Amino acid sequence: MQNTNLDSILESRRSQPHQLIEVLQDIQEQHGYISEETMATVSEELGVPLMDVYSVASFYKSFSLKPRGKNVITICTGTACHVRGAKLIVNQANAQLDVAPGETTDDGQFTIEHVNCVGACALAPVVTENGSYHHHMDSGKLRKLIKSLESKDTEENSND
Amino acid sequence: MTKINTVNDLENLRNKILEDREKFRATLVICGGTGCQASRAGGVIDEIKKELDNHGLNESVCLRTTGCHGFCEQGPLIVIEPDNLFYCHVTPDDVHEIITKTILNNEIVERLLYTDPVSGNLIKTESEIPFYKAQDRQILTQNRQVDPCSIEDYIAIGGYTALGKTLFEMSPESVVQEIMDSELRGRGGGGFPTGLKWAECREAPGDEKYVICNADEGDPGAYMDRCVLEGNPHLVLEGMLIGAWAIGASQGHIYVRNEYPLAVDNIRVAVQQARESGLLGDGILGSKFSFDVEISRGGGAFVCGESTALMASLEGKVGEPKPKDVHTVIDGLWHKPTTLNNVETWANVPAIMKNGSSAFAAKGSKGSKGTKILALTGCIKNTGLVEVEMGTPIKNIVFDIGGGANNEKPVKAVQTGGPSGGCLPVEKFDLPVDFDELYDAGSMIGSGGMVVMDEETCMVDVAKYFLTFLQDESCGKCVPCRIGVSRMLEIVTDITEGRGKLEQINLLEELGDTLSHTALCGLGKTAANPVLSTLRYFREEYEIHIEEKKCPAGVCQELITYAIDPESCTFCGLCKKACPHNAITGEKKQAHEIDLGLCIKCGICRSECKFESIIIN
Repeated sequence: MQNTNLDSILESRRSQPHQLIEVLQDIQEQHGYISEETMATVSEELGVPLMDVYSVASFYKSFSLKPRGKNVITICTGTACHVRGAKLIVNQANAQLDVAPGETTDDGQFTIEHVNCVGACALAPVVTENGSYHHHMDSGKLRKLIKSLESKDTEENSND
Repeated sequence: MTKINTVNDLENLRNKILEDREKFRATLVICGGTGCQASRAGGVIDEIKKELDNHGLNESVCLRTTGCHGFCEQGPLIVIEPDNLFYCHVTPDDVHEIITKTILNNEIVERLLYTDPVSGNLIKTESEIPFYKAQDRQILTQNRQVDPCSIEDYIAIGGYTALGKTLFEMSPESVVQEIMDSELRGRGGGGFPTGLKWAECREAPGDEKYVICNADEGDPGAYMDRCVLEGNPHLVLEGMLIGAWAIGASQGHIYVRNEYPLAVDNIRVAVQQARESGLLGDGILGSKFSFDVEISRGGGAFVCGESTALMASLEGKVGEPKPKDVHTVIDGLWHKPTTLNNVETWANVPAIMKNGSSAFAAKGSKGSKGTKILALTGCIKNTGLVEVEMGTPIKNIVFDIGGGANNEKPVKAVQTGGPSGGCLPVEKFDLPVDFDELYDAGSMIGSGGMVVMDEETCMVDVAKYFLTFLQDESCGKCVPCRIGVSRMLEIVTDITEGRGKLEQINLLEELGDTLSHTALCGLGKTAANPVLSTLRYFREEYEIHIEEKKCPAGVCQELITYAIDPESCTFCGLCKKACPHNAITGEKKQAHEIDLGLCIKCGICRSECKFESIIIN
C-alpha cells in the first residue's frame, strides 16, 4: 500500500485504539484488502497490539485479508432473496466462474462474495457488482452480467 | 449555512424557507432510496434536471430527491405535488413527456399511472393505491417530504421544534416521564420499554453518559432502519438530541452498517449540517445543553446488533457480548451509563414530544403502542416498506397491503422477526402485529422483517437457512450457541438430505430449549426460534422429509430429481444452452432429456425454461 494513502487514513486517528475498525474500513475501501504489512503499521500507529489488529480484522466480515478480484460480485443471501431464489444465483456464479463464494478466479478477474442482506429486500434477489445494484436477478441475467464484464475486460486489455 | 441560535431563529428560518418556496407551482418528488437507485432512478433524476433547464423551469418547479417511499417494487417513483400525482416505473425516456405534458399542460401520462391489479383501474394518486391506503404512515410519510441532504426541508416540515419545546418548556425528568407515559417500546427487536431505559440511565451515577443509535440492522430481510436513516436522518438526530438531554448525555454515537453506503453518506451530511447550524455543538438553541455525535461504521457482524457487542465494537474491539449482570444503562460504553436505542425508536421520539404521549398511546394495541414499520417481502405482489398501527392483523398486511401471492401458488407462511423470530402459518394470520401476541405464538416482531412464503418454500430448508446463518454469525464466545447451533444444523441437514430419523426431532426440541435457557446473549437465546416455530406449525413437513425422503416444496436438492415434460417442451434448446454441467441432451426440435448422472440439481434449467417444462420429481 502506498504510504501516503495510509498516512491520510491514519491522520487525526493516531494513538486512538478505538479508531481501529474505522481505519480498517477505510483501508478496505481504498485497497480492497488488508495486508499483513498494513496491519503492522496500523498496530504501531494506533497503539494496538498486532494480535488484536489481526483478531478484529479476521472477526468482521467487512474485511478481506486476501486481495480481491478486479470485479467483485456480491450475491445477497438475505431471507427475502433466499425465498426468491438466491441459491440459484450462487449456483450460476459457481458454475460459470468455477469459484465458490469467498473465492477469486485464478486470473484475478472475479471475486464472488455473499452478503447477509443489502437491505433492498423488496427487489429480491439482489446482486451488487462493484458497488452497483442489480435487482430481480435470475441465473440468465447473472450469466449476461458476467459475460459483459468479461468482454469489457478483454476490450480494455486489447486497448492497453 | 444560517446559524440557529434560538427557538425564534428556528421559527423565522422556517417561515423564510416556506416563503421562498411559494414561487414553486409544482414539485417533482423522486425517490432516490437504495431500492429506486437499483432501478436506475439516477438516470431519471439527471434527465429531469436537464429537462427543467431546457424549459427554463428551475425557478418555478422544484425537484426533490428523497429517501425511500416504500413501494420499491414499482420504482423508480415520482410524485408530483401539489396534486400528488403518482407515476411508477419511470425511465429517463419518460421524463420529456412528464415535463411537457404534466408540468406544462396539466395532462396525465396514463401509461405511467399505477394499475390496480385487482380491478385493473388506473390510479392517479398515492393515497388511492391499496398498498398505501391500508397503512398508517406516521414516520414514513416524512420520507417523501424531505430531501435527506437538506436540513431546510426538515425544518420546513417543523423539524427541530420538538427539540426547542423540550429544551425550554420541559425538565429532563418530565421528558422521561412523557416517554414512559407514551408506552413506547424498543423497535429493534427486544421491545423493552424505552422510558424505563431512559429513567434508569438518567438515575445512574456518573457525570459522563452516552446515547447510541443502533443502525446495525443485521436481520436479513429487514431494511426499515436503512430507509429511515437514509431518508430522514435529521429526524433520528432530533430524537437522539431529546434523549441525550433527558438522560444527561453530551456525546452520542451512531453505529451504522457499512453495507448501507447511502445511509452512511446521508447521516454524515446531516451531522455536518446540524453542526454548522448550531443544532449540534455547545449551547444548542441558546440553552446550556451541549451535544455532539460520532458516526461509526459496523464491520458486518450480525452479533453487533446486540447492545454489549455493539459497544465493544464502538471501542474498536471484537464484537462479543458480555453478561448483563449490570445493565448497560449503568455500565455501558467505556463503562459509563449508556442508553442505546434503535433507529426507529429514536425516530418516534420527536412526534411524542411534539404531540404528547397520549396522542402516541392512542394508537396501537394494549401492550404495543404507536405504529410499526415492516419490511414486507418474499412471495407476494406488493413488496416494500409499510407502516401500520400496532395491533393490525397479519392478514391485512399480507393480503390488503401486500396484495397476496405473487404467482399461482398460495401463501403458506410468514416469517417475522428474522433469525430470532419464527414462521407463522396462514391459520395464524389473524394474529395482530403486537410484541406479546407474536411472542406467545412462538415468533416475534423483531425489527420488523416480514417475509411471505408460498408452497414452493420448504420450511425445513428455511430452518436450515437460519441455522446456517446463525452458525456463521455466532461470535463463538458461549458454548450453547457455538456448539448448540452447529449440532442443530447437522441434524436439520441430515433431514434435508434424506438421512434424518424421527427421534432427531425430539433432540432438536431439547437442544432448542437448552439454547434458550443457557446462551449468553439475546441472539443465542432466540437462535432456536426458526427451528422450534417450524416444528410447531410445520412438523408434518419434517416428518415427510424423514419418513418418505421427499421434499413437498421441491427445494431440498438431495431429495428431488429434475425431468423434462415431453408434453409441454417446445424443444427450444434454452435449457440445454443454460445448463452449466452439460447434463441436457437433445437436438433442436427433438425431445430433450436430463442425464441424472451429470445433473447436480442446481435448478438453473428450470428457471430458464419459459414453458414450465422442467418438472421436479
